[in-house]
Amino acid sequence: MSNTATQTSTGGLGRLIRRYPFLPALIILVLLLALNGVFEPRSLSFRSMTGLVSTYLALMMLAVAQTYVVFSGDIDLSAGSIVSLVNVSVIALMQKWGGDGFAVIAACLVGALIGLACGLVNGIVVAGLRLQAIVATFATSIFFTGLALTVLPVAGTPAPEAYWTTYGGRFFGIPFVLYAVAAVAILLAILMRMRLTTQMLAVGDDQQAAFQTGLPVTAIRIKGYVFCGLFAALAALCITGDTASGDPLVGGKMTLYSVAAVVLGGSALAGGFGTVTGSLIGALIIGLINALVFFVGTPSEWQNFVQGLAILLALMAGILVSRGARA
Amino acid sequence: MSTDALPSRSAGNAALAFLKKPLVVALILIVLLLAVGEWLSPGFASPGQILRLLIVAALLGIVAAGQNLVILGGREGIDLSVGGIVSLAAILAGNVMNGADGGILPAILVCVIVGALFGLINGVGVTLLRIPPLVMTLGMLGVLQGLLVVIRNGIPSGRAAPGLSDFVVQPFLLGLPGIIWLWLLIGLAMAFLLRRTVFGYRVYAIGSNEQAAFMAGMPVKTTRVALFMLSGVFAAIAGMCLLGYSGSSFANVGEQYMLPSIIAVVLGGTPLSGGKGGYTGTMAGAVLLVLLQSILTTVHIDEAGRQMVFGATLVALMLFYGRAKAMRG
Repeated sequence: MSNTATQTSTGGLGRLIRRYPFLPALIILVLLLALNGVFEPRSLSFRSMTGLVSTYLALMMLAVAQTYVVFSGDIDLSAGSIVSLVNVSVIALMQKWGGDGFAVIAACLVGALIGLACGLVNGIVVAGLRLQAIVATFATSIFFTGLALTVLPVAGTPAPEAYWTTYGGRFFGIPFVLYAVAAVAILLAILMRMRLTTQMLAVGDDQQAAFQTGLPVTAIRIKGYVFCGLFAALAALCITGDTASGDPLVGGKMTLYSVAAVVLGGSALAGGFGTVTGSLIGALIIGLINALVFFVGTPSEWQNFVQGLAILLALMAGILVSRGARA
Repeated sequence: MSTDALPSRSAGNAALAFLKKPLVVALILIVLLLAVGEWLSPGFASPGQILRLLIVAALLGIVAAGQNLVILGGREGIDLSVGGIVSLAAILAGNVMNGADGGILPAILVCVIVGALFGLINGVGVTLLRIPPLVMTLGMLGVLQGLLVVIRNGIPSGRAAPGLSDFVVQPFLLGLPGIIWLWLLIGLAMAFLLRRTVFGYRVYAIGSNEQAAFMAGMPVKTTRVALFMLSGVFAAIAGMCLLGYSGSSFANVGEQYMLPSIIAVVLGGTPLSGGKGGYTGTMAGAVLLVLLQSILTTVHIDEAGRQMVFGATLVALMLFYGRAKAMRG
């Protein structure tokens, strides 16, 4: 829909949010951290924080994955099934190759390639064949799930010890996941400065205009899906470290959460506006909401409901605040 | 309503245009798939089998009716919460009737009210707060799934009344079960609603150009809220019928309807951008989808292979329908 909001009342806050779209999300994040601290002081300790990150690193990666397609106004409902496929493939390969350090690294590389390939398939189907992203990626998600089931029909094969002890372990006193976070942060900082990110946002903002200025729109959208596939593969490596086993359906539930994380992070689903930083914060918000619902002592059968309600309210609040500021 | 049908100059062009109509494509594919099914496993296209297929298609088709309305209304209209409402209605209906025919009417009442209520919340969020439909209904899905956990912990899962089960599976009139008649009735009602009422014209107007519809003085917001409420009600009705079909409800029975209902709409020729299309095509789309799944279960391949073929076939089918236009300078 055309944006009818007038761009006149540009207060200082408005300008700040346009520059940093993830600001409302950051405020929600800080608020949730404070609330978590009030109800369970120990939750703010270094150890609990590391635990939170290692549990939600997979969702953070998948949120980043989803962001790269949302930038150009697309969506990927197969992201979760790519996670599943890479998870079972990596597990199967590590088992086949003996489970030593070399096997682990080789399997991870192959996993990343599988993610890239899945992303390429999605890109060709959606942007190349010009199908509607929601339905087309749902169709490919069925296909990827089928592939995952071929690789590993039932959940259960364990990961080699070398893998999950590394993921959960410490090096020089610092947990491995923090190194992973740092590495990804550097990678994302580089990507953020690449011309491709701007091009994706331009395509998402106005596809026709982007085309008329000479941008290769189809190629840019395909690249978005390829990035999505790659980060979905990274998400799979994280989840493999966290659960230490293979499950052909492990990612299914994560797809919609990744979309929610992107929206929570202040990116517009219609494309053209957003940041990966916001999506990372969005994923953490989901994690902190889940933790908070537990810490305030919600009866176990009510936890899902309260979580769902809190996420819905956070989604609505985020959209209203950022629009109020942008208007 | 479609404005993109070019004036055809010759009979050949006219024939081609006819063959490109989504409904025609879907019907041809249905006949084709039936033939393939019969060839793969004799007896596949027998009247009894087709009837069973239509019952399953009716369940999907009823959910897709609401989905279709929301999508027609435009502004990226979509309802991801239908799956949750289907599950919720199934468990509520099971508890209200609890195996007794006397409970059917109260169960219908409860389901319709609950479906309309969640639709109302969705609609208010989308119109008054201007939350994108995908986000609003995605959030609502999470709430509904949580609510299902609460309900499941508090009350037993409940049973379908014999009357309801008979309505769904037993022949009622002319050898067809009640649910088929209900589906046909919904099809007629939808056609009437969309083509013959002011409301229907408003839906198309809002779906194709909201700004213009607003300028013309149409109640844009009320209409859109009504569409979401109807979607909730249709999902609730489908949930009740699903209970009758399976006898009792189990966890998240409705989830399998969320995205397939959207696929049925798209295969029926209603693009997700809204303002174009109709329900007749969606009905054919629902049959097509169920038929395809059914064929794959008769073929002797494992679950994994079946899913791969299903996914690939869906992509292939979509190539027949409303591909976006190539970019032009």
